[in-house]
Amino acid sequence: MARRAGAPEVNAGSMADIAFLLLIFFLVTTTIETDAGLDRMLPPIEPPDTDVIIKQKNIFQVNINKNGQLLADEELVDLKDLRAKAIAFLDNGGAASGTPDYCSYCKGKRDGSSSDSPAKAIISLKNDRETKYGTYITVQNELVGAYNDLRNRESERLFGRKFTDMEAEYLNPETAQAVKDDLKEKVKRIQDLFPQKLSEAETSSSN
Amino acid sequence: MSKFSKKKSGELPPVSTASLPDIVFMLLFFFMTVTVMKDSSLKVENVLPNANEIKKLEKKDRVIYIYVGKPTPEFAKLYGTESKIQLNDKFANPSDVGDYILAERAKKSQELQNVLTTSLKVDKSANMGLISDIKQELRKVNALKVNYTTYDGDAFNNLQ
Repeated sequence: MARRAGAPEVNAGSMADIAFLLLIFFLVTTTIETDAGLDRMLPPIEPPDTDVIIKQKNIFQVNINKNGQLLADEELVDLKDLRAKAIAFLDNGGAASGTPDYCSYCKGKRDGSSSDSPAKAIISLKNDRETKYGTYITVQNELVGAYNDLRNRESERLFGRKFTDMEAEYLNPETAQAVKDDLKEKVKRIQDLFPQKLSEAETSSSN
Repeated sequence: MSKFSKKKSGELPPVSTASLPDIVFMLLFFFMTVTVMKDSSLKVENVLPNANEIKKLEKKDRVIYIYVGKPTPEFAKLYGTESKIQLNDKFANPSDVGDYILAERAKKSQELQNVLTTSLKVDKSANMGLISDIKQELRKVNALKVNYTTYDGDAFNNLQ
């Protein structure tokens, strides 16, 4: 029988197999995960021009030794109790009513020998050179957690939603600009109520 | 009469699979464009600690990575078992960190240079002494924004 006009078709059946092979290669070798972690700001290296005098009662000193034991305000503290202690310190609001430092939203004990107001309260974290990194991160996590708990409390009271959720939405690049502008103000307001003052002193090398 | 009987055929025509490669290529291009290749292979053990009060590290183009941990078994003979710093593909000393940050910063575009974050990917068994040295170096080059990169999980698992 005579052939009809036209070249014979190339069999493209194996094209799919080749493409699948490539697809699987890219699926296996690539990663889409985004990293997450604790954000911190380091102090600038040049010391401030003026020496600021901070009252001892406004500093919450946390020391971690090389065995991972904690000394908070000169007491040996279990890691699990650190968050509660930090919250008690930050939320204390010791300044008397009527003074400029008076904290109207604090719900702490208002103990005169602890911090005056959240804006004044400073947590100072010190560690040994032989402290394990894991322990250090746990302590950092608890201290950030203390701030977040307090901020969430105030945020629930003022705006009816959690501060951490608002902040995550604000930082998400997919959020619309109008929503962001609205959130920016709220986030800023809560941050001003409980500013994160976490000082990381240089490591001591005690033996 | 014969005009009609010609068309009659008993079997079903086969389903055409000619468009299958197109579909697969579409998927392939999707994955090629959305994913990022792993750029450096790890030479150190890198089991990150857990934390739960974490923030996501958005925008990968603004991040500089520093890895710290014990050298993996194949490098342990050469470099020992003490924790080391890995920058890009090389082991480095704490004093190299500053130069590395400056070099990486110079590679980024002008508008990103002020908003860079340094991501510290540190093995949980590393000692804080080395981390303090790195932090000191970072302060010297004014790279103050750091992120202690962790896994999402209960922070008390780190203590075991």
